[in-house]
Amino acid sequence: MEVSVYRFNPETDESPRMQDVTVDLPADRDMMVLDLLEMLKARDPSLSYRRSCREGVCGSDGMNMNGKNGLACITPVSEVARRGRLVLRPLPGLPVVRDLVVDMTQFYKQYERVKPYLINDSPPPAQERLQSPEEREKLDGLYECILCACCTTSCPSFWWNPDKFVGPAGLLQAYRFLADSRDTATAERLAELEDPFSVFRCRGIMNCVSVCPRDLNPTRAIGKIKSMMVTHGT
Amino acid sequence: MVTNVASLGRSGLSDFLVQRVTAVILALFALCVAGWFVVNPGAGHAELVRYFSSPAMLMFATLAVASLIAHAWIGMWTIGTDYLRPHYFGRLATVVRFAYHVAIALVLFAYAAWAIAVIWRLA
Repeated sequence: MEVSVYRFNPETDESPRMQDVTVDLPADRDMMVLDLLEMLKARDPSLSYRRSCREGVCGSDGMNMNGKNGLACITPVSEVARRGRLVLRPLPGLPVVRDLVVDMTQFYKQYERVKPYLINDSPPPAQERLQSPEEREKLDGLYECILCACCTTSCPSFWWNPDKFVGPAGLLQAYRFLADSRDTATAERLAELEDPFSVFRCRGIMNCVSVCPRDLNPTRAIGKIKSMMVTHGT
Repeated sequence: MVTNVASLGRSGLSDFLVQRVTAVILALFALCVAGWFVVNPGAGHAELVRYFSSPAMLMFATLAVASLIAHAWIGMWTIGTDYLRPHYFGRLATVVRFAYHVAIALVLFAYAAWAIAVIWRLA
């Protein structure tokens, strides 16, 4: 199989390049893209990428595989390779630190902006803030995000205005706390997002939905934020 | 730096609502005009003038022009703030975007003035 990997070492390279490598895959079984990368790294230890849990939980190895973002550890080579060829690039739209490793600062800044924690100004009860099973159910499909950045870096609105558009991952978390019955900062949260960029740059193209390795739906969450704004703001 | 100073309402929510309401008005106007052509096959200029010179159509057409201008401004402003940025134009980005916004405003104003003049000539 032909594998083309994005290589860039800012200490030695003036510009990035694609390195073409031929790999012999075992005929009797499929493997994940991360396994393939491990094979390449065994040959060339200078190849850099992030990885940790190797089971789609930590969100470290988000990358662009044949044009589509995903987690290398849970993406079978057979699923992404086309005509015996696989092109591996870093997540688009973020600065490259080295090879497939990107600088996630902008992504985390937008995440931080939505205050991804419970805000409740009433005195805490003796034990815990209770939720009914129905209230808890509203958080399903929101809290499971692992912040791998596959969705946000597949979104053209984020590529164009990464400093102003929160991006699908951040907005999914924004809605996770807007939907939480224990949170009392709904009005403040909505006011923070009301400008023309933070939420409203979402054009609903659903790239985020198509790449999410956890099968979450940020577009639906963004739609719900907009509905809440209309209800609260008019 | 891309900012929201030139957006229509300076609020994403108001721009969002304006764009949707104006879209509905334009869709209704388009249906109204297209429907008239369907139920009046072979109608010529004289019939069209009579149709548009009724007070209701004069108001509706004026509302449609106003909706089109607001709708177009929000859309074109959004395109400008997506594409005309320092990433592509470096330090000139603000100047380029400002010139683009002024050009769009002038074109939309010219269309509005022209359309209003044509519509109200029929009154």
